[in-house]
Amino acid sequence: MRARWPWVLLLVALLALGPQFLKSYQVYLLSLAAVYALAALGLNLLTGYAGQISLGHAGFLAIGGYSAALLQVKLAWPLWASLPAAGLLTALLGLVLVIPALRLSEIYLAIATLGFGVAVEQLLPQWAWTGGHQGFSIPRPELFGLALNSDLAFYYLILAVGLALVWIAANAVRAPLGRAFVAIRDNELAAQALGISLARTKSYAFLLSAFYTGIAGALYANLVGYLNVSTFNLGLSILLLSMIAVGGLASIPGSLLGAAFLGLLPQVLSGFSAWVPQFIYGAALLLVVIFMPYGIWGFLLQTVGRGRGLMRSARRLFPGPRAESGSTGGDDHA
Amino acid sequence: MLELQGVTMRFGGLKALDEVSFRVEPDRIVGLIGPNGAGKTTVFNLISRFYHPSSGSIRFNGIELTHLSAHEIIGKGIARTFQNLGLFPYLTVMDNLLLGQHCRVRTPVLLQALHLPGARHEDRQMRVRAGQLLEQVGLAQLAPAYVAGLPYGVQKIIEFCRALVARPRLLLLDEPAAGLTSAETEAMAGFIRGARDQFGVTVLLIEHDMSLVMKLCERVIVMDFGQVIAEGTPAQIQHDPQVIEAYLGRPAEEAPHA
Repeated sequence: MRARWPWVLLLVALLALGPQFLKSYQVYLLSLAAVYALAALGLNLLTGYAGQISLGHAGFLAIGGYSAALLQVKLAWPLWASLPAAGLLTALLGLVLVIPALRLSEIYLAIATLGFGVAVEQLLPQWAWTGGHQGFSIPRPELFGLALNSDLAFYYLILAVGLALVWIAANAVRAPLGRAFVAIRDNELAAQALGISLARTKSYAFLLSAFYTGIAGALYANLVGYLNVSTFNLGLSILLLSMIAVGGLASIPGSLLGAAFLGLLPQVLSGFSAWVPQFIYGAALLLVVIFMPYGIWGFLLQTVGRGRGLMRSARRLFPGPRAESGSTGGDDHA
Repeated sequence: MLELQGVTMRFGGLKALDEVSFRVEPDRIVGLIGPNGAGKTTVFNLISRFYHPSSGSIRFNGIELTHLSAHEIIGKGIARTFQNLGLFPYLTVMDNLLLGQHCRVRTPVLLQALHLPGARHEDRQMRVRAGQLLEQVGLAQLAPAYVAGLPYGVQKIIEFCRALVARPRLLLLDEPAAGLTSAETEAMAGFIRGARDQFGVTVLLIEHDMSLVMKLCERVIVMDFGQVIAEGTPAQIQHDPQVIEAYLGRPAEEAPHA
């Protein structure tokens, strides 16, 4: 635990100072990856930790983005108010999904959440104030009188919000709440016998997850400066799921790593024809699922971390596809 | 302390429990025995509120349990273990024991997320209590280990500790000695007796190991085909003709002569 701090500080320093040496467009791409990372983190809290699969998270991104944009443009709210408001509004709508989540699990819940995502995508353009299918422009905002029109300035805003949210998530997963998430994921009956309410815990999971994704959506709207419903399609929901699966389920570094990898891939390879990044995306998914059941982060811990302690922390993250029978003993550590 | 009255449980056309009534007096270690399929685990699952009885009442210290939800039972003072382990294999032993104290967490979720001193203080207290209990069963060094890699017998003891760390007044143990070596069974018997003598916990346990039941339990309830067929001290039920019949079948001399 303590030994992690130097690494965290180094990473923060790198994220804070590195962009000074990048071109404006590269900083923009980094910001975009950071927004993905927040959304992936939100999804991982729900799916990786609490075991509730969502195929509708693009819907939460859209709700966060549109509510922030409308508050700012139509009601002239300042960014410092619209950002948390968008998060809270999305969180409340996230509670809607608790209703199917209390009745359904696994693939059936995935289908229900898929329905939610599709419904949001179809409903939003029906209202005049969303700009319909034409889309919606948002001027770069100010924050406390400071114009955030440079890409670098906006990057620092995203970094600050992101670091705060990562810190909160790291606290939450180590607290009783995070343990309750894992408990309902792995054994609902035993969890209940320990006093964990399924309804309450799933509500918290959806609230927290939708809040993170809503904030990410609000940041996305302000970063890109333009919203179009077609962005928030099923493909985006699946991309977010791929990010956490590739990075590492039930892992905060894994969420960030997966988002950085899959989020930046198309941009880094933009010089090639379109099929190249798509091919690598597909191949990466396949290889990770086969060779790195705990995601890139779990793989790094197993490979780089020679100490047994690190190996173990890779195991704790998630059952993994092959670990099903490991629960009743067996010599898994050998 | 615990009182079942006329509890019937139907699964479709199958009557798993038929008018089951019995009492568990405080400070006792009570055995619930019977052949496979007699309905013992169904009784536990009804007390845990995983099932709702078709009819009948289950009272604990005057509280009607059938009005409560499953997650409210431990708050009334009833903890349990599971026949095939209810541990969370991808968490550490310590995390499992912290989950055992989940019903005692008072820090609101928002304060947990901000990692404020109140949350840290509560966390430390729970860790200390879990550590002390592990110390007592001689497994303190396993606190940071992941449950999935531990031997079955050790997992059984850890699950017992997880139930005990909630400081319940009634402990339901579903086959605590199943799959244990005789040395481990011996140790488990000691822990169960210790829980009663040291913490004043009443114990109701399902067990197939008869020598353990006879040694450990002060009262025994025998079930067969969803009914209570006998109740008494171990010595009494050992000589009860109905019990002998349930376990061994009808004596040969009663068979009609040719």
